[in-house]
Amino acid sequence: MLGNTGLGNSGNGAVTDAADLKAQVAEFLATHDPKGSEPLEFLRARFDAGLAWVHYPAGLGGQGLPRSLQSVVDREFEAVGGPSNHPERNGIGLGMAAPTILAHGTAEQKQRWLRPLWTGEEIWCQLFSEPGAGSDLAGLATRAVRDGDTWTVTGQKVWTSVAHLASRALLVARTDPDVPKHEGLTYFSLDMRQPGVEVRPLRQMTGEAEFNEVFITDATVPDADRIGAVGQGWMVSMATLMNERVSIGGNAMPREGGMIALAARTWRDKPELRTPGLHDRMLRLWADSEVARIAGTRLRQQLAAGQPGPEGSAAKLVFARLNQDISEFEVELTGADGLRYDDWTMRRPQGANFFGRNPGFRFLRAKGNSIEGGTSEILRNIVAERVLGLPKEARVDTGPWKDLPR
Amino acid sequence: MTTANVTGAPGRARPLDLLYGETETELRAAVRDVLADKAGWRDVLARTETAQTYDTGLWHTLAAEIGVAGLLIPESLGGAGASYREAAVVAEEVGRAIAPVPFLGSAVVATTALLSAGDTELLTALASGALTVALAVPFAAGPGKLPVPTIRIEGAQPGDAAGTYRLSGQVLGVADALPADVLLVPADGVPYGLYAVRVADAGVSTVPVVSLDQTRQLCDITLAAAPARQVAAGPAAEAAVAAALLAGAGVLASEQFGLAERALEITVAYVKERHQFARPIGGFQAIKHRLADLWVAVTQARAAARSAANGLVTANGTEADLAVALAKAACSDTALKAAQEMIQLHGGIGFTWEHPAHLYLKRAKADSIGFGTADAHRASLATLANLPPPAA
Repeated sequence: MLGNTGLGNSGNGAVTDAADLKAQVAEFLATHDPKGSEPLEFLRARFDAGLAWVHYPAGLGGQGLPRSLQSVVDREFEAVGGPSNHPERNGIGLGMAAPTILAHGTAEQKQRWLRPLWTGEEIWCQLFSEPGAGSDLAGLATRAVRDGDTWTVTGQKVWTSVAHLASRALLVARTDPDVPKHEGLTYFSLDMRQPGVEVRPLRQMTGEAEFNEVFITDATVPDADRIGAVGQGWMVSMATLMNERVSIGGNAMPREGGMIALAARTWRDKPELRTPGLHDRMLRLWADSEVARIAGTRLRQQLAAGQPGPEGSAAKLVFARLNQDISEFEVELTGADGLRYDDWTMRRPQGANFFGRNPGFRFLRAKGNSIEGGTSEILRNIVAERVLGLPKEARVDTGPWKDLPR
Repeated sequence: MTTANVTGAPGRARPLDLLYGETETELRAAVRDVLADKAGWRDVLARTETAQTYDTGLWHTLAAEIGVAGLLIPESLGGAGASYREAAVVAEEVGRAIAPVPFLGSAVVATTALLSAGDTELLTALASGALTVALAVPFAAGPGKLPVPTIRIEGAQPGDAAGTYRLSGQVLGVADALPADVLLVPADGVPYGLYAVRVADAGVSTVPVVSLDQTRQLCDITLAAAPARQVAAGPAAEAAVAAALLAGAGVLASEQFGLAERALEITVAYVKERHQFARPIGGFQAIKHRLADLWVAVTQARAAARSAANGLVTANGTEADLAVALAKAACSDTALKAAQEMIQLHGGIGFTWEHPAHLYLKRAKADSIGFGTADAHRASLATLANLPPPAA
């Protein structure tokens, strides 16, 4: 009964599909010069050929193939120096907006938004959190009022990455204050380039302003830009947030990648900094990082084998704790140098960089990791209630939203 | 020299697969059925207070009928020709049930030593489940540094058959040796080697130790000019012991993961049932968050344990050593944490003799020392991961 097996998840069909895809790319390149074409025209043609994101449906930049095959296509285009859609500039668009639109948008919306999103013509941001609605996102107060085919939106959003670069936003707003809070929300796509939208930098403890505050005053949204039904905003938001948590802490990394690489390099380069106590911490952090990396690999194998597990929430909890512990260790390890910071000048980085600049910056930036994208406390609630099936907290916020204390 | 997937041998290259295959899932179901039937926690508890702390009947069923004794042994010798991946799944189930069977000591540790040494005679008997074998080293000995032999070789006695050696000395705190028929004894002298000793022979005594973990009772072995057969000598003997200790640590990690997973399940079920303040205590955030953290640790432990099992099958020396060290460190800490949370979250009942929590705690604590502590395994990363200690 016991064969020498144990694999069985390698996906034997993948070999032919990868070869097929390579042939398709070669055929595409025969008629589209990667160097001579206008980059945007090249990217649009690549999208139309179904070679943008192969796991998306045909007609929307893909071919309905397994996600794992995307790397085959990316490598082929990189090898010939094809123009890039600069995914690093549109992380929210690609990682959160696109899957939300795909799952909940209309056919017309998918046609209209996905191509300029993928090519990078339109940068997206996410208007979710508010000063009065952080962990309790469903309590948000930004109002959208309907008049015929137009919604008028007023409110304040916060912690918005790339809002100053974005032309479109994912927006969740209150459309019915008379019903319980989760039932009165609706999801929209907002045009950021209009007079009623004001973006101000929000400076954080690192000295830089990676995020923004967004003040919305009588901005308008055509009803055609509503995503999902009126009152279904919470359900659509959950799809977005699940994608966010996968994108924080769920990336494939080589051994000793990420934060631990920096600490380990300092450890090796500067033997004079070593002490027995720090050595024990170094070994613990290295071991925990490597185990977390292996757990991430296992999670991706589960997804690839079609056995999605709940381990994604674990990945973000562990990622936040390790980033904080390692960066704090690194500042201590560097001793006298740990007392120096590189620069407190207010600046506007292109995007989040958890592993950049100096140990002091990484130490401070890591404090956000257990807050952004769902606090560690909220994630523990999610694990306890959805994975372990433990009872929910007794709720006092079940009445109409307008009657809740604020 | 070896026919199975012994660590360090250039095995067939396989991708790092951390999931469970179909064969492993079937094997798990078969083992779980037997253990559910014959090793419920009340059976396990009752047995700790008898003279026979190992359940030899249960072991015979698992070994011979399910075939777990021969998992690592090639089909040509009557084994299943499987690998450490399958053995690790059995260990998970043994850990979940904290079952008093010598699976780890006989089917993993001693079998690995014999595979490395290429001793077909004992392997054939092991594969059929007819024989149980133990490696006579202290349970606390970990891989990376061979235990100093405490047994010495003496000259043969008049009338001994050719090839007979005589061994004397003592080994303390050996796991899974009480139910063994044959001991594999590392002994010093000329030549240093690994020797097979029949427990039934004159001059062999195995004295049970009052052990912290009575679900895997240790024993002290005394040999007084006991007759022995040489299994391997010199570097081959050292390699056999080293491979056995590495496999022991790597597969024990899976047992620890299984123990942790089961302790978490039992505790989650209890906090859903137990009412105080007119609600299930599992609804209190103080408890939910502790269990969520434990679940996170258990998911990490599972990945590490699978990586070690895979590493024993596929990896070369350093990679296998690294995978095992990481898994044994992570799973030792997690199993102990799980057992401790099990007790605290059960409150008073968890502190009683009549509840299984203490059995999980004792097994978890003993396992955390067996085949090297978490600290010893992390210390090996100084070399394996090039993170050197401060200059002395």
